[in-house]
Amino acid sequence: MITLYPKRLFKTPVDAECISPDFFAEKSAKEIAALQIWEGNRRREVGDLFKIKHETGSQSDEVTVRICGDVSKVRKIGAKMSMGNIIVEGDVGMHLGEKMNGGVITVTGNADSWAGSMMKKGTIEIKGDAGDYIGASYRGSTQGMNGGKIVIHGNAGYEVGCFMRKGLIKVYGDIGKFAGIHMRNGTIFIQGNSEGRAGAQMIDGKIVVCGYVPSILPTFTIDDIRQKVKVNGEKLEGPFYRFIGDLADEGKGKLFVSKNRNLHLSSYEEYL
Amino acid sequence: MDIAVKDGKIVEKVDERKAEVVDASGMIVMPGGVDIHCHIAGAEVNSGRLLRPEDHVKDVEVKTALTRSGVGYSIPSTFTTGYRYSRMGYTTVMNPSMPPLEARHTHEELDDTPMVDKASYPLLGDWWFVLEHLRDGLVEECAAHVAWIMNATKGYAIKIVNPGGLEAWGFGGNVRNVDDPVPYFNITPREIIRGLCKVNKLLNLPHTIHVHTNNLGKPGNYITALDTMKCVEDLAEGTHPVIHVTHSQFSAFKGSDWRTMSSGAEEIAKYVNHHNHVTLDMGQVIFTDTTTMTADGPFQYGLYQLTGNKWVNHDVETETSSGIVPFRYKRKSAVHATQWSIGLELALLIQNPWKLCMTTDHPNAGPFTAYPRIITWLMSQMARKKTMMKISKRARRNSLLPTIDREYGFYEIAIVTRAGQAKILGLKQKGHLGVGADADVAVYNVNPELVDPSRKYKAVRKAFKKAAYTIKDGEVVVKDGQIVKPVYGKTFWLDVKTSLPMEINDDLKQKFREYWTIEYENYAIPESFLHVSSPISIKAEV
Repeated sequence: MITLYPKRLFKTPVDAECISPDFFAEKSAKEIAALQIWEGNRRREVGDLFKIKHETGSQSDEVTVRICGDVSKVRKIGAKMSMGNIIVEGDVGMHLGEKMNGGVITVTGNADSWAGSMMKKGTIEIKGDAGDYIGASYRGSTQGMNGGKIVIHGNAGYEVGCFMRKGLIKVYGDIGKFAGIHMRNGTIFIQGNSEGRAGAQMIDGKIVVCGYVPSILPTFTIDDIRQKVKVNGEKLEGPFYRFIGDLADEGKGKLFVSKNRNLHLSSYEEYL
Repeated sequence: MDIAVKDGKIVEKVDERKAEVVDASGMIVMPGGVDIHCHIAGAEVNSGRLLRPEDHVKDVEVKTALTRSGVGYSIPSTFTTGYRYSRMGYTTVMNPSMPPLEARHTHEELDDTPMVDKASYPLLGDWWFVLEHLRDGLVEECAAHVAWIMNATKGYAIKIVNPGGLEAWGFGGNVRNVDDPVPYFNITPREIIRGLCKVNKLLNLPHTIHVHTNNLGKPGNYITALDTMKCVEDLAEGTHPVIHVTHSQFSAFKGSDWRTMSSGAEEIAKYVNHHNHVTLDMGQVIFTDTTTMTADGPFQYGLYQLTGNKWVNHDVETETSSGIVPFRYKRKSAVHATQWSIGLELALLIQNPWKLCMTTDHPNAGPFTAYPRIITWLMSQMARKKTMMKISKRARRNSLLPTIDREYGFYEIAIVTRAGQAKILGLKQKGHLGVGADADVAVYNVNPELVDPSRKYKAVRKAFKKAAYTIKDGEVVVKDGQIVKPVYGKTFWLDVKTSLPMEINDDLKQKFREYWTIEYENYAIPESFLHVSSPISIKAEV
């Protein structure tokens, strides 16, 4: 296990693409300390910003990187990682696990925006809240999350799963506007409430909202009332309204909304 | 053999003891590269940049002590464009589409494109004055207007894009062939092309008319391309070309729809081999993610419908239209792979290399940084075969490439990448290393006596990617693929002197007031606006 302790509170953003098991594997503490990192527009080494503790106790194949302290200004932790574990004990900055290709990232605090954007494989678990654009594509691109799993135990922000193509995003808290915007495929599950406009311009895929939804977009049509819904093999008790959309984009995505929590949507039933 | 350079020109002899010596022994020395057609500046290119942040993020250039930072890939920022051309040994670059209204913007961006000499072609095929004068048969008056616009926009050649079609696009329509009338103007594309071709001759412009044909990018359009070339056949005198059909790959599709689409390169090449009045450039497709941008609004709209990608479409008042759509050319797509094949078929089937220019119509068929790759395809059958193995089966079956064993030599490459391009453009001081030429020289680190380009194509590609030396106006600006001296390039423009200048009357000013958003007084850009102005004085016959 390799543990990093921030030496001070960072004021400017730190670009730390190298904090990942792929870079740390088979390196000594000295070598890790010499890896290049950017603090604002200054070129630094990992050792300048972090205290490094290298324990070679357990002989497991998995490289585990632990970060203890506030790294909410540190971006791109675990970007492009393909194996191993990252455990962040505290808050973490933007672009966590960007383009991730395997391994597990666990955050005990909150994560900022863009966590898991463009990821292909692996798991990200966030115990606190998450920002906007979770599992999204890069600005302007249509290549969003393409596999893997993101689990958020707290709330999540806007445009979660933008241009998502594959994989699973689970949010146990509430979610902001435009969840699953432009979604091509994959699944978004929301245990809490949605701020609305879920599934705007979605082409395919599945969004399940167990909580309250202020309204459904006018370009969605009601299709059915389902007693149960399957999310990643797990059955959820309903009943759920099933909407199809976004018809403005000739989409056939499915939006499931809890019937019992959304009595104001009962007027849709007459179109069934 | 030594090449002597003094004061930015190639001269007979210099004092060797005092001169700086560049040792190019065992390397290829060519004139600086010339690119006849690449969209590098202007309103359209800039909108493309705004549209594609995802294109920039994958290709970032960090600033150095000498160069500025910038981003690529398919639509590089202005400084990066200049640096990248220079690193490949290019010294002259032509920006082929400039709506006259956007001339100011275009020249501002060209001024910020360092390392290369440049020029821009105003879009005149759908300019209202042209349409009106040609409809009324007033060729000489039209010529006077064109002479004025060359001066007003600081342009270099007459660019015609989908003649008539862009005006029709203002009403949601298009023209289907060269004899389809333009709504409200009662003029056909044939009359526009012929009219402007006559104007071009009357004005003695150095380049011919630069034509993007009707029906571009549609199956079966090779007939339109042939019609376009035939319609000015009788205007040719001697062996002088009178028309340049640009990015001809996009105009050489056979078939009735996308399923039956195949190559019409053989027919086009046959025509070009038998006629001297036409020159072409390739518009070679590269399998990559790029951005298409043309003034051809209806074509771009069709492309949007085909891809469902994000898009921009714009109507430039009384002058032209434009559109932008990001596009990915895929090896496994039969259509895209056939397009790739058409470009190379044209280049290999047209016997005379002086009639052909190597381009990608940057960024429409691929970014210009792919030129070294095209050079290897032209020089090596093996390189072509290797790519052939990876493309769509249907395209491979229909491709003519396996039947062609022609391979370009280094001399032919020099013609299609610089000498021929300069000749077609009428740039007398470019594209050769004779005494009096501009001292623009590119040195590539590959020994033609030792390296067989047909087999060692990778070495050739590597050499053309990074010039060992690029010399611009007698100064070494690139060494081993690195910029060692940033320089400004010149902006060429035509100062056409007519004996009967355009009549500037109240009627004309009234027209500007009624139909343009810019008044006549603000329309023309002064010479002082250009950073390094290099006017070419021309005496017209009218």
